[in-house]
Amino acid sequence: MSRLKRKRISEAVAQGKREDGRGLTDLRAIKIRKGIFEKAEGSAELYLGNTRVVVGVKVEKGEPFADTPNQAVLTVNSEFTPLASPTFEPGPPDETSIELARVVDRGIRSCEAINLEKYVIKPGKLVHVIFIDIWILNQDGNLIDASAMASLAALMNTRMPRYSVEGDELRFVEGNDPLELRDFPVAVSVGKVGNEFLVDMTADEEDMMETRLTVTTNKDGHICALQKSGSEGLTLEEIKKAISLASEKGNEIRKLVMGS
Amino acid sequence: MSQLLENRVLVVPGDMLADGGLRPGENTYRLHGKIHAARVGLVEYNRGTVSVIALKANYEPKVGETVIGTITEIDLGSWRVDIDAPSQAVLNLPEAIGEPFRPEMVLPNIFGIGDSIVARIVSMNRDGTPVLSTLEPGLGKVEVGRVVRITSSKIPRLIGKRGSMVNMILKETGCQIVIGQNGIVLLNCKDREVEQLVVQVLHKIESEAHTTGLTNRVYEYIKEMKEKSKK
Amino acid sequence: MNVVEKQKLIAEGIRSDGRKFDELRPIKIESGVLPNANGSSYLEQGRNKVLVGVFGPRELHPKHLANPHRAVLRCRYHMAPFSTDPRRSPAPSRRDTELSMVMRSALESALFLERYPHASIDVFVEILEADGSTRCASTVAASVALVDAGIPMTDLVVACSAGKVDGEIVLDLNDVEDKEGQADLPLAYMPKLGKVTLLQMDGVLTMEEFDKAFGLALQGCNKIYEFQKEALKTKYAKSGVKETVQ
Repeated sequence: MSRLKRKRISEAVAQGKREDGRGLTDLRAIKIRKGIFEKAEGSAELYLGNTRVVVGVKVEKGEPFADTPNQAVLTVNSEFTPLASPTFEPGPPDETSIELARVVDRGIRSCEAINLEKYVIKPGKLVHVIFIDIWILNQDGNLIDASAMASLAALMNTRMPRYSVEGDELRFVEGNDPLELRDFPVAVSVGKVGNEFLVDMTADEEDMMETRLTVTTNKDGHICALQKSGSEGLTLEEIKKAISLASEKGNEIRKLVMGS
Repeated sequence: MSQLLENRVLVVPGDMLADGGLRPGENTYRLHGKIHAARVGLVEYNRGTVSVIALKANYEPKVGETVIGTITEIDLGSWRVDIDAPSQAVLNLPEAIGEPFRPEMVLPNIFGIGDSIVARIVSMNRDGTPVLSTLEPGLGKVEVGRVVRITSSKIPRLIGKRGSMVNMILKETGCQIVIGQNGIVLLNCKDREVEQLVVQVLHKIESEAHTTGLTNRVYEYIKEMKEKSKK
Repeated sequence: MNVVEKQKLIAEGIRSDGRKFDELRPIKIESGVLPNANGSSYLEQGRNKVLVGVFGPRELHPKHLANPHRAVLRCRYHMAPFSTDPRRSPAPSRRDTELSMVMRSALESALFLERYPHASIDVFVEILEADGSTRCASTVAASVALVDAGIPMTDLVVACSAGKVDGEIVLDLNDVEDKEGQADLPLAYMPKLGKVTLLQMDGVLTMEEFDKAFGLALQGCNKIYEFQKEALKTKYAKSGVKETVQ
C-alpha cells in the first residue's frame, strides 16, 4: 500500500474517523441473501461493504469420527478465490484461509449451535456430515466476521434430509426438516491501528493494523471463541476493552442476521 | 460510402465500422480491408479516420505521457514503479536527481518503497518497459493527497478541451488536481468534505464521459452540492 | 439403497425442464460486478451461476513463465463444492484442467496478445452452481469480463451447446440431459468474424445429426450474443446514447 494512503488512514484514525467517513466502531452496510443456491442444502450471500462472501452448506452422509461415534460430523472449509483480489493466487488454502475456516468452525462448535448428537443416522456407523464451504468473492477486509455471519445465515436456511432405518436397510424419506440451531454465534474482529481500536476494518486498514482480536460471542453474550492474530502484544486492559466492544457489536450483528 | 454506422453510436468489439476507404483510428483494427471496433465505445468518423472513443480501456503507456505511480522495488541505481500498466516502469537514478549513480547514494532516501511519484515517460525499452523521469518541475514525490482511479480512456474528458473541465473544477473547489494519463488522479483539498465532492465528480465524469454538455452538468452538480453542505 | 428411475427426458415434444427443442434457458448477464478485479461478469443460465474475474494485462511473475513476444492468457475454471449435488471436492480436478485449457483456446484468438509482451491476462471462473454446459456459460461470461476490463478484443466470444437427447437434436443441454443424453456438442464462436474457437463432442451423431446440432448451437450463440451486448451496453445506454442499429 502506498505511504500516502497509510498516512491518510493513520491521520484519520487519530481523529476518530475513517477514510469512508465511519466512526472507529461503525459497521459498513450489510446485505444478506439466503437460499440462493438450489443444489446446496443451505446457502447465503453476504456483502459487508465491498467484502463479498457466499457460503454453501451441503449435507451428506458418512462415517462418524472414531472418537465421537455418536455425533454428526461438521467441517468448515474456506477458499480465498483468486477473483477476490489481485493478490490472491490460485491454489490450496494458505494459512490465512485455514485460520478463517477454523475460527468460524470453533465459534459454531464451541457454543454447540448444532446438536451434533441429534443428527446421527445409525449410531456408531452412519451420521450426517455437514459441510460449510465459505467462498470469498471480493476481499475488502474483515473476512472472518463476514464469513461467520454468512455461515450463520446459511445454516439458518439449511434443510436436513430425512432417513428411516429399518434393521440394516437405510431409506430416504421424502421431505426435509430445517436444521435446528440452538445458538447464534457471531464473530467480531477488533483491530488496533495506532492507539485506537477499530471494528470492521477494510483491506487497507488491515494492512496497517498491528494486531487483531477476534471474539465470538453467543446469544447469551458468553465468549465461545477467541483468536488473536498479528505480532504485536496487547495489554490485559486492551483485551478487556476489545472483548467488551466485540460483545456489544456482536449483539447488533446477531439481531441483523437473525432478522434477515 | 464506407462509413457503415451513424456517428457516435455505441459499438462493441467486432462490430464492423467501415468497409474500406477510411483509416483505422484508436480502438479499431483492420481485417481483410474492413475496420472493426476493438473496445466498447462510441464510434467516431472524423476526417477520413474511424475510431472508437472507448468507455473503458486498460492503460497502454506512451512516450511523453505524465503518470502517477507507486515505487515497488529498489534495484541497484534504479526503482521499479507500478503505473497500472501491462508492465512495471523503471526510473533510473540520473533521471531522478540529474546526477549519475555513486555507490554511497542511498536510494531509499530519495524514493522509498510505497512512495507515490508523478513522472513522465521519456522512452520505452525494447521489451516494452516504460522508462520514467522526474526531473522536470512539477514531477517528483507526492507527499500528501488522495489517489482516485478512473479508467484511462476518460482522462481526456476529465481534462476537457484546453483544460476546460479540470480548470472549472479547480476554480469551483479550490482543490489541487494532478492528473496521470494512466487513470490515476491526485487530489489535494482543503477539507474532507470538498475532497469527497471532487471524488464524486470524478466518478460522475467517468460514468458520463460519453455524453454531451457534461462540463455544464458537472458545474451545476458542484454548485448544488456546495449549496447542500452550507445548510 | 434407492434406485433413481431413468427419467424420460422428452415427453410429447417437451423436455424435462419444460423447454422446446430449440429453446435456450433463461439468461441474465451483468458486467462490472467485482470491485477488485479489472473486469468481471456474473451470468445465470437456467440454474447455472457463473462468476468471472479478469486481471491484467499485468506483469507476469515468475519471469520464466512470461513470453517475450506476447501476453500469456491464463484461464482457471473452478467449481465450488456446493455447486453440484452431491458436493464435490474443492481441489481442482482433471476435468477442471481440461475445461480451463479449452476455454483458454476459445478466448485466445479474440485477444491482441502481441500488444503486451511479458504480461499475463488472468481469467478466473468460479462456478457457484452447475447445471450443464458450464464450459459454454463460462466462455460467454469470460468474454464479457474481458471486455469489461477494457482489454481490446477482435470480437466477442459466445458459446452454446446442442446435443441429442431421446433421439432428438436439442439446444442448450442441462445437467440431466448432458449426463443421460446421447451426445453433447459444446461450441464457441466469434459472431462478427464467423470463426469457431471451441468445438468438442461427446457421444455419437450421424453426419446429418451433427449438421443439425451444429446449426442449432450457432443459432443459440447468436441469441446469447444479444445478452452479452446488453450486459456491456446497458450502463452506458441509460445516459441517452444511441444504440447501434445492427
